[in-house]
Amino acid sequence: MYDIATYVQAGCVADAVAALAADPSAMPIAGGTDVLIQTREGRHAGCSLVSLHGLEELRTIRMEEDGTLVIGSGCTFSEITASALLQSTVPILCWAVDQVGSPQIRNMGTIGGNVCNGVTSADSACSLMVLNAVMELQGPEGRRLAPIAQWYTGPGKTVRRHEEVLVSVRIAKADYEKFGGHYIKYGKREAMEISTLGCAVSVKLDAGKKTVDDLRIAFGVAAPTPIRCPKTEALAKGRTADAALVREIGRSVLTEINPRDSWRASRAFRLQIAKEISRRAFLQAVQFAGGDCNA
Amino acid sequence: MLNIIHMTVNGKEEEVAVDVRECLTDTLRDRLGLTSVKKGCEVGECGACTVLIDGKAVNSCCYLSVWADGHSILTVEGLKGPNGELSPIQTAFIEEAAVQCGFCTPGLILTAVEIVGTNRSYTREELRKLISGHLCRCTGYENILNAVERAVAENLAAQK
Amino acid sequence: MAIGQSVLRVDARDKVTGAAKYTADLEPRDYFVAKIVRSTIASGLVKAIHVEDALAVPGVVKILTCFDVPDRQFPTPGHPWSVEKAHQDVSDRKLLNQRVRFYGDEIAAIVARDNVAAGRAGRLIQVEYEEYEPYVTVDQAMAPGARAVHAEKPGNILAHSGFRLGETAYEEAVASEPDLVTLDKTYRVQSVQHCHIELPNSFAWQADGKMNVVSSTQIPHIVRRVIGQATGLPWGSIRVIKPYIGGGFGNKQDVLYEPLNVWLSLQVGGRPVKLEISREETLHCTRVRHAMDFHISAAVRRDGTLVARKCLANSNQGGYASHGHAIVANAINSFKQLYRDEKALECEANTVYTNISVGGAMRGYGIPQGDFATECLAEDLAAAIGMDPLEFRLKNCMQPGYEDPHTHIKFNSYGLYDAIQKGREAIRWDELRARYRNQTGPIRRGVGMAIFCYKTGVYPISLETASCRMVLHQDGSVQVQMGATEIGQGADTVFSQMTAQATGISLDKIHISTVQDTDITPFDTGAYASRQTYVSGMAVKKTGASFKKKVLDYAGYALGYPVENLDIKDSQIIDTITGEALRSLADLAVEAFYSLDRSQHITAEETSHCKINTFASGCCFAEVEVDIPLGKVKVLNIVNVHDSGTLINPQLAAAQVHGGMSMGLGYALSEELLFDAKARPLNPNLLDYKLPTAMDTPDLQAAFVEVPDPTGPYGNKALGEPPAIPVGPAVRNAVLHATGVAVDALPLDPQKLAAHFQAAGLIEE
Repeated sequence: MYDIATYVQAGCVADAVAALAADPSAMPIAGGTDVLIQTREGRHAGCSLVSLHGLEELRTIRMEEDGTLVIGSGCTFSEITASALLQSTVPILCWAVDQVGSPQIRNMGTIGGNVCNGVTSADSACSLMVLNAVMELQGPEGRRLAPIAQWYTGPGKTVRRHEEVLVSVRIAKADYEKFGGHYIKYGKREAMEISTLGCAVSVKLDAGKKTVDDLRIAFGVAAPTPIRCPKTEALAKGRTADAALVREIGRSVLTEINPRDSWRASRAFRLQIAKEISRRAFLQAVQFAGGDCNA
Repeated sequence: MLNIIHMTVNGKEEEVAVDVRECLTDTLRDRLGLTSVKKGCEVGECGACTVLIDGKAVNSCCYLSVWADGHSILTVEGLKGPNGELSPIQTAFIEEAAVQCGFCTPGLILTAVEIVGTNRSYTREELRKLISGHLCRCTGYENILNAVERAVAENLAAQK
Repeated sequence: MAIGQSVLRVDARDKVTGAAKYTADLEPRDYFVAKIVRSTIASGLVKAIHVEDALAVPGVVKILTCFDVPDRQFPTPGHPWSVEKAHQDVSDRKLLNQRVRFYGDEIAAIVARDNVAAGRAGRLIQVEYEEYEPYVTVDQAMAPGARAVHAEKPGNILAHSGFRLGETAYEEAVASEPDLVTLDKTYRVQSVQHCHIELPNSFAWQADGKMNVVSSTQIPHIVRRVIGQATGLPWGSIRVIKPYIGGGFGNKQDVLYEPLNVWLSLQVGGRPVKLEISREETLHCTRVRHAMDFHISAAVRRDGTLVARKCLANSNQGGYASHGHAIVANAINSFKQLYRDEKALECEANTVYTNISVGGAMRGYGIPQGDFATECLAEDLAAAIGMDPLEFRLKNCMQPGYEDPHTHIKFNSYGLYDAIQKGREAIRWDELRARYRNQTGPIRRGVGMAIFCYKTGVYPISLETASCRMVLHQDGSVQVQMGATEIGQGADTVFSQMTAQATGISLDKIHISTVQDTDITPFDTGAYASRQTYVSGMAVKKTGASFKKKVLDYAGYALGYPVENLDIKDSQIIDTITGEALRSLADLAVEAFYSLDRSQHITAEETSHCKINTFASGCCFAEVEVDIPLGKVKVLNIVNVHDSGTLINPQLAAAQVHGGMSMGLGYALSEELLFDAKARPLNPNLLDYKLPTAMDTPDLQAAFVEVPDPTGPYGNKALGEPPAIPVGPAVRNAVLHATGVAVDALPLDPQKLAAHFQAAGLIEE
């Protein structure tokens, strides 16, 4: 049995917001794969929980008229991967969340939980960074939007206020259309893994499929929060997508990331991996965008 | 703090009083006697507690029992036919020598039920990914993959 | 013939339906839970434990500390007890310990109504320590002035041993020839854990004038004895029950917490107390495979002759002795038992107390460590003289008829050459060695190999004894009771096959009791040392003969037939001359039970005291692909070939090999229990401790050379542990072939590999 002091099942998002507002110590729980584990290990022992589990209004996956994708925060990773709409628009995200934990965890864990726990290793984070995702929050005063670039405020911290509930993740058409993207999760194992380093690359080529029109690179576990690499992105724009650029990207990202030394991996090793997987992710992303760096 | 929940367990309607602090592993084992649901880590890493909820494999150790209200649960106790006959998946596990200590077996069989139930074929590499949420220390997964491959193939052959 | 048939496991149906009951599935309804309070330092002394706040938590029944336990030290390894004091296991721990010797040492226990109350109480207990500097490595613990981890062992060396072979010392041998190629190397292996999926749980209660304990153990009869030694209870007043077991791999060949569990139950008036050990506790507080360092010098002639070797092995014991020195002593045996040094072999070993997790038995009992050293060395020596490493092995490895000069264990059957040849063909050794010779680029491939040998059981180092009982049922079927334990390996199935072979009773009429109950099932020391099919198999064979004789004696009486003309075949009493079936065993059984003239319950029980041993052997061949910039190794193809005598059940034998190969791959590539400078474990959970998943495991090929062993009950010899032994060095040697980089420490994890590749200039900017 989990050491849970109080438990409220919200019937709707407004319920949850009210319950969170009423209890300054309460935490939202959705899939349970993080909160329950931390409760067991004692970090949240004696916690008060407000459950968003199963709320239908958080489980939407749809496209708005202007092409904006709306992914309900309560969607599980496997629902996202299985979504035909998302596969046809943001396959990088479908692929990325298919790297989370294990099939069972992907059937339970939600994308909302993955971004709200604020950790740098979250598998969805890098892809959402390169997709310029926008978080839609609901609080006592109504809804507000927070671009992912401003979402993470520190390790395990986000701009979500205590009483707010993440309702959805939004991705504008201009951020996915004509982009090819790829995410590489580097872990010691091929499954059941927390990322040692993650890199997402999203690239848009010109009509001739030779020149980089737009490039976005994001890393997880390369800094206290997921980060983009603006200098590297800028240097690639207008450049031919070729082997020379591939090498340059690998060198350039090293000037923008700041991974830490830990027992899980040394800084030197993470830098080596970053150099290599940014190159490989770029190569693959260019292929998905219709080009070929080796052509 | 007991809550009454209603769920279908192995095809049978159950009304159960559960503590809100209870995970589904405990409810199935302690209140319904379904001890095939094993505890190996309690944090969703080993897969021994896997059950199917509405046909999807989940780790019942990190799933609050109150969430099961209104849902349908399957454990291996629910796989046998009315006269005790084994399901083809269970038979495949036995005949392919996919069972050794047996502790990961019930969970893996349930994941296999989910896989077979999709009525499609898979490469061996795809199957490796689909069973990667189950740790097994006895088999190296070799005969488990053989059993799942066989169950998938037999099911497709039976569909034709 | 039941031997050699791939019959289905006798317990598989129970295991796929959920009918198989393991320890936690049998717990009584009215139990208390116990939770161990563990030290949050790795070395020191408990000065005081404040339990007042914890006792006030609703649901807490009792809290017992290291100041409450009996002042008795006891041993924990699952060895037969030695009646000679000098050979007895080291007794170096109490039920709860005031002197803290590893991080997580047991210092107190909470008995509560449920785990929430126990957890809350645990967080409220305050402990005052006198803290000492912890020792993570053997070098720290052996340094001059180091504090004794155990007062009985100043200097921290638990034991030292060694041996010399050849007429000269190593140095003389090297000096005796001018043109020898010499090598000085240090090979290291890491701490790893068994990771059986069932945790080592138990529950205990008082009833029927006894203390009863149900436990997930490989060694119920030894658990009974050690509970007595730890608590002072008479051994006969303790009853140990072993139900289905979810894997052991040697960790449950230690008496882990059963004595504490029994004692806790006694402290609450004999009420049932359940002691569940979590995965985290299992990983760092039960037992691990010893980390070892091998410091080696070796000399080889340019024609490939191994001339001399010298090895010093240091084994990191952790905080308590457990199996102690026996394991590294076995590890250095790899040197003498696997290769022939023309002039000299000197081996020494130390077992050193430190403050990391306690080393114990784990699949291979020192040989995985020793084999890594000998097989890296063989590869490196071959490379040093430019010789094919397979040819080097053929030239220098043990030959048919080898007998260990100290233990006198022999290769009573020998299949090593054939195994090497079979592996060579399966992996396409000659073709791939040539093909992968001169590679460039970031992705490279290689093939590597390793050989091993392994004894069968523990004779003559220790007692080997096994007992079996066969009881006729009223329908002519037979109940077989073994002291030997099924822990997942398939023992019950092969014992059933042996019973069929020995008695002539058909397999479907053989029932085997999977539950061992020390009040009922006969004595056997348990599942370890790859001994049961050999040693306990002898007990089955002997009991089967005795049982059959009794049945035939009765048949002779009932049929009025000369006994010497009777036999049992397929559960029929037959005339050996005509082959005619005279009566079914079913009918005979009814008569034997209910005869008004001569009623007899036919049973037989025998002890087999085994005074023989034999070497099994084999090899592993691996083909790998190395992603140099990412430091990743992908195993493309891997085959183990085993010389294990006659296979009792080929399908289960292959399955056993697969599991060992997978464990070997984890050892080779990813598994390592890590400790920080304070000896705190860093990764005691299944997310951070990298057990291979299905996606990390290639297809596994098991192959055999079946040379019947004349000493085995049915031509068989060791197979349980061997599959895990040669995989680590084979993979390491394949990576060496692929990249030219010799990595001398396991695991070959990405960070270590990337650092090596960087140092070798293989990674470009």
